[in-house]
Amino acid sequence: MAKRIDVSDLNVYYGSFKAVEGVSMTVEPRSVTAFIGPSGCGKSTFLRTLNRMHEVIPGGRVEGKVLLDDQDLYAPSMDPVTVRRTVGMVFQRPNPFPTMSIYDNVAAGLRLNGVKNKKTLDGIVESSLKGANLWNEVKDRLAKPGAGLSGGQQQRLCIARAIAVQPQVLLMDEPCSALDPISTLAIEDLINELKSEFTIVIVTHNMQQAARVSDRTAFFNLKATGEPGRLIEVDDTTRIFNNPTQKATEDYISGRFG
Amino acid sequence: MSTTTTESTVPDDVIGPQGDTPPGGRPGREALSEMSHPHRARAVKDVVARVVMWAAFLLAMVPLVWILGTVVVKGVHMLGTSTWWTGNQRNINSDDVGGGARHAIEGTLAMVGFTALIAVPIGILAAVYLVEYGRGRLAKTISFTVDILSGVPSIVAALFIYAVWVTSFGLRQSGVAASLALVLLMIPVVVRSTEEMLKLVPNELREAAYALGVPKWVTVVKVVLRTAFSGIVTGVLLGVARVMGETAPLLILAPYTKGFQRDLFNGNFPTLPMMINQDRGDLALAAAAERMWGAALTLILLVLLLNVIGRVIAHYGSIKK
Repeated sequence: MAKRIDVSDLNVYYGSFKAVEGVSMTVEPRSVTAFIGPSGCGKSTFLRTLNRMHEVIPGGRVEGKVLLDDQDLYAPSMDPVTVRRTVGMVFQRPNPFPTMSIYDNVAAGLRLNGVKNKKTLDGIVESSLKGANLWNEVKDRLAKPGAGLSGGQQQRLCIARAIAVQPQVLLMDEPCSALDPISTLAIEDLINELKSEFTIVIVTHNMQQAARVSDRTAFFNLKATGEPGRLIEVDDTTRIFNNPTQKATEDYISGRFG
Repeated sequence: MSTTTTESTVPDDVIGPQGDTPPGGRPGREALSEMSHPHRARAVKDVVARVVMWAAFLLAMVPLVWILGTVVVKGVHMLGTSTWWTGNQRNINSDDVGGGARHAIEGTLAMVGFTALIAVPIGILAAVYLVEYGRGRLAKTISFTVDILSGVPSIVAALFIYAVWVTSFGLRQSGVAASLALVLLMIPVVVRSTEEMLKLVPNELREAAYALGVPKWVTVVKVVLRTAFSGIVTGVLLGVARVMGETAPLLILAPYTKGFQRDLFNGNFPTLPMMINQDRGDLALAAAAERMWGAALTLILLVLLLNVIGRVIAHYGSIKK
C-alpha cells in the first residue's frame, strides 16, 4: 500500500514568483515525515506539489522531479486526477461536504468516481471510519449531516474520507491547528496507527507535535520575505531535535529564531 | 426575611459606605446619579432612532399593503366565480359579465416556462464558466455583456427581437417571439444570482474534492452546484418573477387573444398582463374593471405560488446541520 517519494531539484512557482527552490529529499514508506519551519517558508506549497494540488491555484507550476516509487508524477502522460487518487490529502480546517451525511462524506471519493455497489460502499465506509477512530462515535447516526460533528470529529471524518479511496500516501497540512488539545491527541494517535499502512507527510507549526508523531523531520526556511523557501535539512526526528547539523535548524527548534 | 424587608424600605443613599465608593474606584451611587444626564441623552437618542426606523418601515409598507389590499378587495370575488379558472373570454364583450382567465393563465405559464427552459441553462452554465473556468479576456467580456444586458429596458429587448424576428426573418408575432425577448431579460438575472451563490461555496470544498481524485467537472456538478443549489433555485425564481409580469415585450411581440391558444408558435397569444391591459381599456365598464382586478390578483398569486414552490424545493435541497 505505501510508497516511497523521491524528490529531486524541485522548484515551485506561482506565476513568476519562485515560492520554493531546490528541494531534494526522500520520504520513506510506512513512516511519518514532518515538515517544520516558519510561516511562508513554502512547506505547505511543497506538500501540495506531492499530489499536484498546487495546480489548483492559477499560475502554479513546478520544475524538477517527483517520483512515487518509480512513477514520475509530472510525466506528460500523468493525469493530476490519477495522482490525487494515489496521494490523498487532509487540510488545515476540517472541510466535510456540508450537503452530505456522515456516510455520504466518507463514500464521496468512491461515489464521485463511479462506485455504486452498496455492499462495497458499506464495507469501505465502516472500515474507513474504524480506521479513523470515529466508528464508535458515529455508527448510530451515519445518516446525520457531517457538518453537525465537533471540530475534532469532523477532522477525523475528513481523514476517513481521505483513506476511503485507499491512497498510497496521505498528506496532512496542519491537520490539528484548528483543534483543541484533546482532539489533537486523538488525531496524533490516529497518525501513529495509520503509518503502518500509509506513507504520511505532515506539515505542522507545533514542534512538540513533530517530535511526538514523526520518524523523520524536514526543516524549511527562507532567507527573507520575497525569497524562495528552501529545505535546510532533513534527518531522523531525534537527530533534528537533539543534534542538528545546521545552525539555522538549531536556532529554530530552540526558539532563538522564528 | 426580616432583614430583606427593612433593607427594601431604606432609601438607596443610606445603605452604607460600600454603596458610595465601591472598590476599584468606580463612581458610587451619588456620582452615577450626577452622571445621569448623558445616560438620559442616550436613551432619548435610542427612542428617536427607534421611532425613525419604525416610521420608515411603516412608510415602506404603506404602498405594498395598499396595492395588495386594493387588488385583493377588488379582485377576489372574480376568483370565486364558477368559470374563472376554467373559461376564456371568447365571445364575451367588454360589458358582459362572466368568462374566465384560464386562457391567460395557461398562456403566461407556458410562455414563462418556455423562457425559463432557454434562459436557466444558459444562465447557470454562463455563471459556472465565469466562476469555475473563466480567466482573462473572454470571461471579462462575458461579464461585461451580462452587465449591459441587465440594464437593457424591456421595450428595447422587445424591439430588438421584433427587428430580428419580424422585420429580418419575416416571421409572425407569436408567443415564442415574446419568449425570446423575455429570455434576454431573464439571463442576466440568473447569471448574476447564480454567480453570487457559486462564489459563496468555500474553496476548501473544491479542494477537498480534488484531493480525493475527483475530476473538475464532477466536482463542479456534484459538489459546487449541489452546495449552492438552494441559492440557485432562489435566483431562478427571481428571474421568473421578473419576467412573469413583464408587459412591453408582449405588447410588441404577442398580441392578445381572448380565446385559448396553446401553440406558442402560432400568432396571437393570451397572457395575464395582456388581459389586464385589454380590460384596462374598457375600465369604464364595471364588468371589464372586475376582470382586470381579477387578472391582476391571479398574476400576483401565480408569482406567490412559484415562490412557495421554490422555497419548498430549496428547503429540501439546503444544507442541513
